[in-house]
Amino acid sequence: MNPTQTMDPAKTEVEQKYKVIGTRPIRHDGVDKVTGRAVYGADVQLPGMLHGKVLRSPHAHARVKSVNTEKAEALYGVKAVMTAADFPDAGSRTANLGELGEVPLKPMCDNVMASDKVVYHGHAVAAVAATSPHIAEEALKLIEVEYEVLPPVMDVLKAMEEDSPLLHDDLYTDELGEKSSKPSNVASHSRHVLGDINQGFAAADHILEREYRCATVHQGYIEPHAATAMWNPDGYLTMWVTTQGAFTVRTSVHQILEIPVSKLKVIPTEIGGGFGGKIPVYGEPVAAVLSRKARRPVKVVMDRTEVFQATGPTSGSYVKLKMGVTNEGRITAAETMLAYEAGGYPGSVVSLGGICMFAPYNVENLTIDMYDVVVNKPKTAAYRAPGAPNSEFAAECMIDEFCEILDMDPMEFRLKNGAKEGDIQCHGIPHPRIGCLETTEAARDCEHYQTPLEGPNRGRGVASGYWVNAGLTSSVTARLNGDGTVTLQEGSTDIGGTRTSIAMQLAEVLGIPVEDVVPSVADTDSVGYTEVTGGSRVTFATGWAAYNAGQSIRSQLIEQAAAIWKVDKDQVSLADGVIATTNGDSKSISIKELAADLSQKGIDIGSRETVTPQNHGGAYATHIVDVEVDPDTGKVTILRYTAVQDAGRAIHPSYVEGQMQGGVVQGIGWALNEEYYYNEDGHLMNSSFLDYRMPTSLDLPMIETIIVEVPNPGHPYGVRGVGEVPIVPPQAAVSNAIARAVGTRLGDLPMSPQRVVKALSAKS
Amino acid sequence: MAAKVHVTATINGEPVEFLCEPRQSLLEVLRDELKLTGSKEGCNNGNCGACSVILDGLLVDACIVLGAEIDGCTVETIEGLMGPEGLHPLQQTFLENAALQCGVCTPGFIMAGKALLEKKPQATEGDIRHWCAGNLCRCTGYDKIVRAIIDAEPQLEVKK
Amino acid sequence: MQAFDYVAPKSLSEAVSLLEQKGERARILSGGTDLIVQVRENRRDLDLIVDGKKIAELMELSFDSQSGLTLGACVPCVRFYEDARISQLYPGLNDAALLIGGTQIQNRASFGGNLCNSSPAADSIPALIAHSAVCLIAGSGGTHTVAVEDFCTGPGRNVLGPKELLVSFHIPPPPKHFGAHYLRFIPRNEMDIAVVGCGASLEMESDLRTVKKARVSLGAVAPTPLLVAEAAAELEGRELDGGAIEKAAAAARAAARPITDMRGTEEYRVHLAGVLTRRALEKSLERAKEE
Repeated sequence: MNPTQTMDPAKTEVEQKYKVIGTRPIRHDGVDKVTGRAVYGADVQLPGMLHGKVLRSPHAHARVKSVNTEKAEALYGVKAVMTAADFPDAGSRTANLGELGEVPLKPMCDNVMASDKVVYHGHAVAAVAATSPHIAEEALKLIEVEYEVLPPVMDVLKAMEEDSPLLHDDLYTDELGEKSSKPSNVASHSRHVLGDINQGFAAADHILEREYRCATVHQGYIEPHAATAMWNPDGYLTMWVTTQGAFTVRTSVHQILEIPVSKLKVIPTEIGGGFGGKIPVYGEPVAAVLSRKARRPVKVVMDRTEVFQATGPTSGSYVKLKMGVTNEGRITAAETMLAYEAGGYPGSVVSLGGICMFAPYNVENLTIDMYDVVVNKPKTAAYRAPGAPNSEFAAECMIDEFCEILDMDPMEFRLKNGAKEGDIQCHGIPHPRIGCLETTEAARDCEHYQTPLEGPNRGRGVASGYWVNAGLTSSVTARLNGDGTVTLQEGSTDIGGTRTSIAMQLAEVLGIPVEDVVPSVADTDSVGYTEVTGGSRVTFATGWAAYNAGQSIRSQLIEQAAAIWKVDKDQVSLADGVIATTNGDSKSISIKELAADLSQKGIDIGSRETVTPQNHGGAYATHIVDVEVDPDTGKVTILRYTAVQDAGRAIHPSYVEGQMQGGVVQGIGWALNEEYYYNEDGHLMNSSFLDYRMPTSLDLPMIETIIVEVPNPGHPYGVRGVGEVPIVPPQAAVSNAIARAVGTRLGDLPMSPQRVVKALSAKS
Repeated sequence: MAAKVHVTATINGEPVEFLCEPRQSLLEVLRDELKLTGSKEGCNNGNCGACSVILDGLLVDACIVLGAEIDGCTVETIEGLMGPEGLHPLQQTFLENAALQCGVCTPGFIMAGKALLEKKPQATEGDIRHWCAGNLCRCTGYDKIVRAIIDAEPQLEVKK
Repeated sequence: MQAFDYVAPKSLSEAVSLLEQKGERARILSGGTDLIVQVRENRRDLDLIVDGKKIAELMELSFDSQSGLTLGACVPCVRFYEDARISQLYPGLNDAALLIGGTQIQNRASFGGNLCNSSPAADSIPALIAHSAVCLIAGSGGTHTVAVEDFCTGPGRNVLGPKELLVSFHIPPPPKHFGAHYLRFIPRNEMDIAVVGCGASLEMESDLRTVKKARVSLGAVAPTPLLVAEAAAELEGRELDGGAIEKAAAAARAAARPITDMRGTEEYRVHLAGVLTRRALEKSLERAKEE
């Protein structure tokens, strides 16, 4: 099958009854993970292994004048010390990061270890490998670094001011495709335009103009980054890494260290959460260089403070939004300016914020201006639907305000303006078949929405969300065993049960139980190129590769059976794990029997598949939340929450629900309490799970889920990515609920108790 | 460097002896000295519960207990949970409920659930949410974890 | 982490002599929930950790109807709240024991450790003050006592000499018509440091309306936990109605002199001091009536 073709829905298999798809089998890696046997990044232990630790900048912005490592090198137990001088000169080379595009190599190297300048508190400047982590830590204290401290730039709008201190003297704004003549903190300004914005506002009966801000927030995965490297004297480097993409690590390390890809093997360990934050490399090249210098394996594990200071986070942002609607509740125009913090180096996700912002609606007159801005914070990384929550928060809050002004039900407004197939998106491309309206209808009709909310200081909020999803390249290798089972090696690291959702698609093709498919995540030497586990693409794209592998094995089995029976292969079919003739002579053989026979004959049945599907189809969600506000303390309690989402086709519904629930809860944390708190010197003050307040089990009710299935015509089973969109609506849903509970609208995240109290006292 | 301490303890029912530096935490001892890597380090300061183990019958974060402190004590870790008859009921209900995604918080949650149900066999949703507030999960939103612990209750009753 | 030695003495005298030898380079280990983290994060520099949990006096938890409560400095919170009788007699302390950290922390952390750590935001200190707790301190020169409200001298600082250790708390038996409560405000529902904490206790006249004796204490609004005598003065001898409670709350707001930090602004903390004082008094009264 041509993996880039669009499936005609009438010809896909979605109308058929499934045996495996839609069931809830126990995941294949489950036993390892409930018994403590699964090996995560920090669990790797090798003979003679050393422990690496990284020295980090105490300043947010400073020139590194000198680094003296002599005393550290002399400490008993220290086997290697490194600085940025140990990396090959990046020069003007570029690195291709797949989903994240082509980027200059120098900032990537500098982010791993600062060469001339530190641009955020916690920026790496040197590293040590020693016989114990404690000795390595002691050695860090002996490294002398001389800094010239510079004024930090911590806020996106301040960074954009003419006279702001500059992070990089050589950064010139890409201004709508033209290079500007003066260095600036603004890396780029881009724009989408649809229709005529002035006509759109002229047609409006109501116009609102507001500002919205999102604090910097972190992905918050529980497992810190960990990388172990073993660089052999023959030049071969093996790395064990907790990552969302083993191939991305291979590419990054290959480019930073100029080691040939053929001499570099990345073995992905189990991964304890990523949410986009485990795509960039941090300690990986460091562990490699330390291993080369020490001639021993080196493991570099971050602690939690390092994770907060120097990895992730996602962009803090400023959004200015102006929208117009008619008395009938039609959106006539939207004009917005998005300014996203990129962190210390260019490359925020503002463009994705722009694409997603109005995607749940058909807006004909639109102007979106997008700015990518550097500030003295860690280089931002992707975080679940990267960029979308910041911008959609603004749009969804303003739409709710319009609903109040118009006295219109928020679901009715959404159905009236909702996007559908053929509507033009902000970048000019029409929507394919999407489930926006179906999702909203399901939300409107659900028991939660139909049950009135009662009681003082309580309110119900509604918000929708969109995420683009991704296709990209995925590979699997499948092989039929002599007992009729199939081993399936796949290139996508498994963060949330995707071994099983991929295996289920292969099992469905062959009509065998999913327990007869044995999936594993392969290293970079053992499977074809596969992009990161991200973009909600794994069940979609890697699942498709498994589907193709199943189809290939199916054809091979049919051919083999046809040869044995001496009939034409067109007269043989495979269903429910049995191969049989269709010409009426009633011959049949189970896959197990045929596999045993072929195995004895030495005939290998298997398949190696690589796909790059394009029509991944966007995902829509509409959420409903009931809150209660304590007007004395400003604390917001989530009373009830329902998430409704179009999954295309839910391969393993439990894990679809799990993605929805997890995304909602991250969104609630983002809405209410999570934020990077910097002091005036640009020091991150809350780099712990104590003071970076992610929701605990006690802060939440059960999260109700409703899965809508509008099959994606771009996938053989109709799959759409499900992982990311659930983090998009909660921020606005909670803000809208607070507004309806106590009559005050909050446009700045997080809506912490003190902000709520302040808003309430400003109102009264 | 301070002298190493000799410690004798019972871990997962087996007598264990080891030498450790006084500065090594129980978590480091379990993971680095005894190679019991099922207990995870998520924060190393008692705020995430990924290293939850049961020390003399009480649920603790192994990262803020010194290895030297457990001399003469009994420690239960995730590795000791599976019995001769197979998975512990909590391990089974976590699987059946899809109560894990990345799975790194799972050992801590299962140990927390075990300690809770030993104390309160009929724990309610509210009891579970309160008891497990020291165990962070970033993937699941807790919903399926809470359900898995509730589901284990009748099975543990039968086992008694 | 820096290297240190570890000793677990079995007697008070042994512990005192270890402290005498090492002075400020030694520290008593109780639950370790603060101490181990501080040493690991280079916030405290030590040569010796003296584990107090093998010393009988530091692990004592007993009640006598004459002398009241003896609460050893290293008794973990869990032992307090699982003691049905004691937890009922000292409800404010019980509130604090149930609030400190999560389950894992409560199984290790102690009132004594919490006090000696001397954080302005410590949850147990306002509760101890509300219950009029007194500290028994031992050193080479013998023992002496200090009221809990006089113990802390600044963030992380207290009256303990370098060669002294906290042995236990002593609290008289609760009088008739007594109620107490500790509560705090945190943005989440668990696992946070108090933005503001408030302890209160009320001894009512037999009419259950007039206040005989009151104590109000605040955490996280000053360099040390505060006993707010001005709030008590608004209550004692008066009928405890909404007006009196509002006056006490105003006194609490006036006494608060917080800083702005990542956990809350100065303005918000002053506001919360009033809100929590009101709630602490209302709950204390409810408990005094129940008793």
